[in-house]
Amino acid sequence: MNAIAEVAVIGAGEVGARSALALRRLGFAGSIALIGEDPLEPYELPPLSKDFITSEEAPRTKTIASLADFAAAQIDYRRGVAARALDRGQKRIVLSNGETMGYGRLLIASGSSPRRLAIPGIAPDEVHVLRNAAEALALRDAFRPGRKVAVIGGGFIGLELASSARKRGAHVSVIEGLDRILKRGVPAEIASVVEARHRQAGVDFHVNTSILSGETRAGRHYLKLSDGTMLEADVIVVGIGAVPNTGLAEAAGLAIENGIRVDDQFRTSDPDIFAAGDCANFPHPVYGGRRLRLESWRAAVEHAAHVARAMMGETVRYDAAPWFWSDQYDLVLQVAGLIDEGETTIRRPIGGETFLLGHFAADGRIVAASGIGPGDSVARDLRLAEMMIQRSMTPDPAIFADPAASLKTLLKPK
Amino acid sequence: MSGWVDACAADEIETEDLIRFDHGGRSFCIYRSPEDTFHATDGLCTHEKIHLSGGLVMDDVVECPKHNGRFNYKTGAALGAPVCVNLATYPVKVEGGRVLIQIG
Repeated sequence: MNAIAEVAVIGAGEVGARSALALRRLGFAGSIALIGEDPLEPYELPPLSKDFITSEEAPRTKTIASLADFAAAQIDYRRGVAARALDRGQKRIVLSNGETMGYGRLLIASGSSPRRLAIPGIAPDEVHVLRNAAEALALRDAFRPGRKVAVIGGGFIGLELASSARKRGAHVSVIEGLDRILKRGVPAEIASVVEARHRQAGVDFHVNTSILSGETRAGRHYLKLSDGTMLEADVIVVGIGAVPNTGLAEAAGLAIENGIRVDDQFRTSDPDIFAAGDCANFPHPVYGGRRLRLESWRAAVEHAAHVARAMMGETVRYDAAPWFWSDQYDLVLQVAGLIDEGETTIRRPIGGETFLLGHFAADGRIVAASGIGPGDSVARDLRLAEMMIQRSMTPDPAIFADPAASLKTLLKPK
Repeated sequence: MSGWVDACAADEIETEDLIRFDHGGRSFCIYRSPEDTFHATDGLCTHEKIHLSGGLVMDDVVECPKHNGRFNYKTGAALGAPVCVNLATYPVKVEGGRVLIQIG
């Protein structure tokens, strides 16, 4: 049977589900189909590495929108179905259930997949990754008191999993190839706070270290590390980044450049096809049109709102600063903007151990801010800094550094 | 309907800011707007039950410190994703320098 959707959306994650609903709210009256491979109703990914694993009760996904929501919005939601091929000439998609679906306009929100690591001597299915609820459930089950967990990769996902595994009573070793954890994510001063907290919780670190080989004997893994350690592990989990899901787009001849290349209206090289979220590489106006591909929950939420308006024919300006957060133990870390655009760093103490770092370009613009502290202690100042970044402001560094001065005064001069 | 509860002194809240007020096992936020009016809402975000008291108040808007869900604290209106459920609001009056809220 063949179906036709005036708008088809590939991917029913944060971007796909929200943009389909946003199109309806914006008044789009035509048919909408939403195609999602996961058998569950669309759900939020951030809790999967944290509360979903550590909750006392049986975990439940945090649903973005239910079947009833899609039915009420007259969205044809195909759950557990993948798009297998895209024929741009005929404007149709071939689905994994054998069906063919025609489209008028298409949104590709295919997301990203965890990068995998082949370890010589270890069967690939013994190496966990985390992207979906099923994988999070497997980790929840694997993280048990007394078990030894090897976390490969000292990035956000790896460290959140280390924190969750400790909370479940497992022993944790983190193996990082670079000379410190969070090298790509945050400045050294913040990474050292994170590392100290993990060490206090009993996590063991191997930095500047790679895995040479491994073997599995009687259900236990032995990893030979480049620092000479033979690490025993009951569980191996890898968090070494993600790769954009561009296969379908690439096979269909769309322009690819670290993701699906889109313009500032989220349009691909085919004017009837849009892309947004983790899979899309877009130009950012705050950074002179520098191309970015973000793997961020908040960017996904905001991309969804913007791409829906762009698909309605509105001219959009997506200038939200990239924004990330991570929860580890009682600590919350937040980053807004692009730290590598900065030349100098200004430190702002916020009370207790909490601090914010403002990253300034040579011309005085604040281009990024990063901060860490327990609970929500860093949130307000970081949000204010984020607004300054979005507006390309040049705040006075002396006021920025003064904990007695409110950042609001920089944003809204009285 | 009664149920007026003394929440705090008016001068405990800075202009364009909020404080958390817990009462009867529930958590509320009390706001002082830039126009110097007082308002009260539920204390937890309708998205993930995060305490809004750690969030930023700008003009008429309070923003969740965790996931940036935004609400108009005067009306309780949710202002877009990720929040879609409005925040409950409560009547407020100021008497003798004290802020009272009416919890139904």
